[in-house]
Amino acid sequence: MRRVIPLAITFLIGMFMLVDFFVPHHVVSSAAAEMKQWGTIVIAASILLGVGNLIRVHYKKISRKQEGWGYSIVTLSVMVVMLFFGGPWGTIQEGSVFNWIFLNVQVPLQSTMFSLLAFFIASAAYRAFRLRSLEAGMLLVSAIIVMLGRVPLGQFLTRGLPEQATLPWLTETIMAYPNMAAFRGILMGAALGVMAMGLRVILGIERSYLGGDK
Amino acid sequence: MATIIWTTIGAILTLSVYSFLYKDNPFYKFAEHLVVGISAGYYLVIYYFNFIQPNVVAPVFLLRIGNEAIGLGSSMWWLALIPGILGLLLYTRFFPKFGWVGRWSLGIYVGGYAGLGLSPIMQARVLNQIGANALPLTSITNVFLIVGLLGTLTYFFFSMKHKGVLGVLARVGIVFLMVGFGASFGYTVMSRVSLLIGRVSFLLHDWLHLI
Repeated sequence: MRRVIPLAITFLIGMFMLVDFFVPHHVVSSAAAEMKQWGTIVIAASILLGVGNLIRVHYKKISRKQEGWGYSIVTLSVMVVMLFFGGPWGTIQEGSVFNWIFLNVQVPLQSTMFSLLAFFIASAAYRAFRLRSLEAGMLLVSAIIVMLGRVPLGQFLTRGLPEQATLPWLTETIMAYPNMAAFRGILMGAALGVMAMGLRVILGIERSYLGGDK
Repeated sequence: MATIIWTTIGAILTLSVYSFLYKDNPFYKFAEHLVVGISAGYYLVIYYFNFIQPNVVAPVFLLRIGNEAIGLGSSMWWLALIPGILGLLLYTRFFPKFGWVGRWSLGIYVGGYAGLGLSPIMQARVLNQIGANALPLTSITNVFLIVGLLGTLTYFFFSMKHKGVLGVLARVGIVFLMVGFGASFGYTVMSRVSLLIGRVSFLLHDWLHLI
């Protein structure tokens, strides 16, 4: 019973949403729109659940004085600060303290974190690009062409050559043809995989989202 | 004066993140937990005010949708209450005895998005892509695109052994895939490097005024 009801709900809702695409009747489409709204609210509730879980984990860490509990105080304190400034004055209205913290602390720190990947990606490139086979050689050559073709140095290095031999032109050609053909194939394969998974979910074959217990 | 103080704090936080390149350390951990805390607070506020408040709290408790008043027990009221209850059911996982009830909400969410996605995905990612690639064999670039797509699809076709024509096509597919992966890698590196340039420019221009 604990699994049958959710499986039945999944099947009915999944089939209804599928039918909505093929039946352009206002009753069906308005019911489907309401379902989508419900889905959005459930997602929002699940995000809040995630944050609630984060609070629980850090609160436990602090109360038990586990290793790194001081950092948990930082996390919870700034979260409270954001809630304080975000709660009473609404959302991200321009000029609010909430918006200011987001734009001046969150955005720069996140972009700094992402820029760290430039260093790690360089060391990964060293391992991946070692010229061991023809395939690795092609990976290396196309990556170097694209990297150089996107910066002024690439233009400078090939400035005297005919247009078809310049790095920016080669970059555009690689992006427009071999890259496009390969990623179109990957996109189609992934889409077929997603569809197969969707059908498995609707038909109750895929049940991992229900969790492990009975 | 305030600008200098805030810029210095920003620079110290930026350097704290980059200190991870040496090794994990308290400065990095501080910055990391700061980001997590701000993100959690930010999304909590955004999701509450953009979704929960207007779609559940306002209709159910304040009896209004936008500026329109609704009646207690009316169909609009029920349509707001039901997803609110479904959202609350997710929280039953905090009580192991009743945790299974949360699966009903998951069923609606998972089933809804599985059904909703099937047809548009088929349309946008399969049929439209086939359409875009169904080109006349009048130029070398068109031939290139068609052979590349066929080769890539053949490489991922595992129902038959890659021998003969299939083997040749799969080999062509590998070539296209490698060039494609190399190009994507280069593209990703450049996007990360541009973020790095932005942060270095902040440190050297906005903070130290060296450039």
